[in-house]
Amino acid sequence: MRIPILRLGDILLTSIQVDLTDAEVMQFQTDVLHAIADIEARGLVIEITALEVVDSFMARTINDTANMAQMIGAEVVVCGMRPAVALTLIEMGRGLIGVETTFNLNEGLARLNKKIAQRGDSSLTDDEDAV
Amino acid sequence: MTVPPEAAEFTIPIRDSTDVLRARGSARELAARLKLGSADQTRLATAVSELTRNILQYAGEGTCTIINASDDHQRCIRVIVEDHGPGIPDIPLALRDGYSTGGGLGAGLPGVQRLMDEFQITSQPGHTCLTMAMNRPRTPFT
Ligand SMILES: Nc1ncnc2c1ncn2[C@@H]1O[C@H](COP(=O)(O)OP(=O)(O)OP(=O)(O)O)[C@@H](O)[C@H]1O
Ligand SMILES: [Mg+2]
Repeated sequence: MRIPILRLGDILLTSIQVDLTDAEVMQFQTDVLHAIADIEARGLVIEITALEVVDSFMARTINDTANMAQMIGAEVVVCGMRPAVALTLIEMGRGLIGVETTFNLNEGLARLNKKIAQRGDSSLTDDEDAV
Repeated sequence: MTVPPEAAEFTIPIRDSTDVLRARGSARELAARLKLGSADQTRLATAVSELTRNILQYAGEGTCTIINASDDHQRCIRVIVEDHGPGIPDIPLALRDGYSTGGGLGAGLPGVQRLMDEFQITSQPGHTCLTMAMNRPRTPFT
């Protein structure tokens, strides 16, 4: 089961709809990173409303994916985490999810666009410095 | 103590990550059947996921037994996770936040300890047994 990755301009949108085996989680990570590189995406939204369990392995994979995505130039937002999942993660330990999270997709896209805009500003100044 | 009609116990072999999904799904189903709330269902499923995944990572294979240990006074789900792997040499250390020999977050065992009402570990080379339980009082509707 491959998770579809949709393109919205220079943003990629993915939604995890079913419980994933470990192999599927790793496949997802690879697919997402390739997709980002292919279209030089500037942002990635991972929608996880359907996920009933986010254990420490899944939390780490989400963090790693976000870190790698950032390294190749895309900002990342996770959206739609169920309240019971958020509660469980907080009870398990502080800071298990090291990615920005939003309530729903709308907010996720808004947050992402803001982050991309901010980054645009700073990369402009970087370019100026380089000249 | 009377044995309730729904008393049941079943064992799921844990050999690959699809078994992790099966075990945590079964635990959640039992929790739902006992009318535990969605937060408790998620706590239990997550705890089962952590322990069964540890089996795959550190012991290769093992079993997960899910027991409905409810009685007249309380609803109780007990889960026993066992393997015949190398064992956990230093249990207090393994329970510490951030301790991992497998490159993980080291959040599994300490997380389970916080999510569940009871949690015991016995371990020696060749036999590791983790037992955890969630207890909730019965209400007029449960
Ligand atoms: N069944 C087991 N057999 C042998 N050692 C184990 C077993 N379960 C856990 N351990 C040991 O205890 C350590 C802590 O386990 P814990 O689940 O807390 O963290 P982790 O699995 O390393 O990382 P995470 O669960 O956050 O991905 C493990 O790194 C491992 O050394
Ligand atoms: Mg673990």
